[in-house]
Amino acid sequence: MFAMLRSLWDYRGFVVSSIRNEFVARFARSRLGGLWMIIHPLTQVAIYALILSNVLAAKLPGIENRYAYALYLMAGTLAWSLFAEIVGRCLTLFIDQGNLMKKMRFPRITLPVIVIGSSLLNNLLLFIAVLAVFALLGQAPSLEMFWLIPLTLAVVALAAGLGLILGVLNVFVRDIGQVVPIVLQIWFWFTPVVYPVGIIPEELRSIMDVNPMYPIVNAYHDILVYGKVPDLQQAGVTVLVAIGLTLLGLFMFRRAAPEMVDAL
Amino acid sequence: MTLLNVDNLGKAYRIYGSEWQRIANWFYLPAKPREEHWVLKHISFSIQAGEAIGIVGQNGAGKSTLLKMITGTLQPTEGRVQVNGRIAAILELGMGFNPELTGRQNVYHSAGLMGFNAEQIEQAMAEIEAFAEIGEYFDEPVRTYSSGMQMRVAFSVATAFRPEILIVDEALSVGDAYFQHKSFDRIREFQKQGTTLLIVSHDRGAIQTLCNRAILLERGTVIKDGNPEEVMDFYNAIIAEKENAKVEVRQLDDGSVQTRSGTGEASIESVGLYNAEGLPIEFVSVGEPVSLRIVVRISSDIPELVIGYMIKDRLGQPVFGTNTHHLGCKLETLRAGEALEYRFGFPANLGVGSYSVAVALHTADSHISCNYEWCDLALVFNVVNVSKEAFVGLAWIPPTVECRR
Repeated sequence: MFAMLRSLWDYRGFVVSSIRNEFVARFARSRLGGLWMIIHPLTQVAIYALILSNVLAAKLPGIENRYAYALYLMAGTLAWSLFAEIVGRCLTLFIDQGNLMKKMRFPRITLPVIVIGSSLLNNLLLFIAVLAVFALLGQAPSLEMFWLIPLTLAVVALAAGLGLILGVLNVFVRDIGQVVPIVLQIWFWFTPVVYPVGIIPEELRSIMDVNPMYPIVNAYHDILVYGKVPDLQQAGVTVLVAIGLTLLGLFMFRRAAPEMVDAL
Repeated sequence: MTLLNVDNLGKAYRIYGSEWQRIANWFYLPAKPREEHWVLKHISFSIQAGEAIGIVGQNGAGKSTLLKMITGTLQPTEGRVQVNGRIAAILELGMGFNPELTGRQNVYHSAGLMGFNAEQIEQAMAEIEAFAEIGEYFDEPVRTYSSGMQMRVAFSVATAFRPEILIVDEALSVGDAYFQHKSFDRIREFQKQGTTLLIVSHDRGAIQTLCNRAILLERGTVIKDGNPEEVMDFYNAIIAEKENAKVEVRQLDDGSVQTRSGTGEASIESVGLYNAEGLPIEFVSVGEPVSLRIVVRISSDIPELVIGYMIKDRLGQPVFGTNTHHLGCKLETLRAGEALEYRFGFPANLGVGSYSVAVALHTADSHISCNYEWCDLALVFNVVNVSKEAFVGLAWIPPTVECRR
């Protein structure tokens, strides 16, 4: 474990330059460059807002802003997109980088770290865009937003732990790569991103108790939409789950590493 | 100093009944693999600083698996590899180059992947740029490069920092002839400074000129480790062996090793070199007409017989070789018990030095299809210069000279 961190530190330059290169390369020949990264999620928000706002706006009590639903959507999307991006990319990470892993010797742990870094960068850009849109819609930033920092870390830990486990398994059992996107889609709809939790029938609400993303998304809503301190107790459970998954992920990664190259 | 120590190395690919059993295995649950497929077993050798070692073997002998374990991309199943120093491999040049980034950015990235930090890369950058010699293209995206230019940049990064061990693939064809020379010069320079070379090749010439030791792998084990010429002779014999033939190795009086192989339907009785008077000779003077006489005995009926010979220099490099197929003297339907004497006459237009002759009996135009007998070092002779003006080199190509002023 210690050796892993050590080699990661030795390769810090490589990690940073990889994140930068990925960013540069993705937009190398597009006019709007990095803007595309923000345009995609914001378009999605706009579509939901246009179609569903009339149906759902009334169900969001306690906010005066008439764009309340749009704010609500953006806050949830900010959390979910980070989660989904890290899980989705870790899932195929080792298969995509298989050739490199077979031919070059370098600390493998840098690969998921690069994914996390570049996903965080994307998320930061999205956050800035969200702030801009909030300002346009008349929602001022608040001091409570600093709570987003630990929350983001919790999302990263949760997503990276899960992604690492799935990514390692996917090398050996390729069905995982097919199943996970479907599961993620279902998971998305079982998390109150698009709709307020209030519209879930009472008897089904217990599903939310086992969804580790629910407290996170909820906390994002509390912070960004309602401007209040999130429910720390609920989020704490998720943090524990995230730490557990990360440790399990790292353990499996270590155990599987020697065989991974054989199977690629 | 021992740079690399490979100790009882083995690699097995494990096949499980179900992949879930493999996963259970990570969690220390008892799960036996259904099958273990060993590609390498009991490999041991050690390498000192400044050596140059050729690794040879047929496809599938385990060469690349061995190299991958030495570089550390593959984990051994048993045994261990101990490396004192840094290893660089020129196997996959341009691995991980991103076409959208410039040459300079890719150099940063590749060197980072090799484990160098920004400061070290910064220091080496000017030298890398100068060595690649691609001018302004260095700051253009790699997608605009020709494949040769890409190779130049890739080679420059891969060898920007002198490693303790350098692994070179046989297909080291780095772009144009000019750059090939330049890259070989750099490799030799490294070797002079104490870098050990590990060269994978099928090319006898490359192995014998660059290496002072060769290791022959066959079916996952080291079957020969020693002087390159000896190992390459043995390797050739194995290729020729194909089916049910035997390979015989004999120590000659002068300490060199003779390799004989073949299926044995026809065998070489004697090989001798004779002068114009018909007397056997060992010392030949430059340009002297000589005759190579080979006596062959047929031990069972064969449909066709071709005999070939090859004159090699003291390093084992081929100087001249031909066979009766090319000379238009192929024999057909031979009976058991027949004895044949061949006489090949030629002028010994060779440079001063020691030469050996290898002889092969086979069908068609090479010994690959059907090899009756192959004998390396069947004859050794020396060329001395008694009557000609002084010259150097392997061949005697007498010129005329004219000078105008």
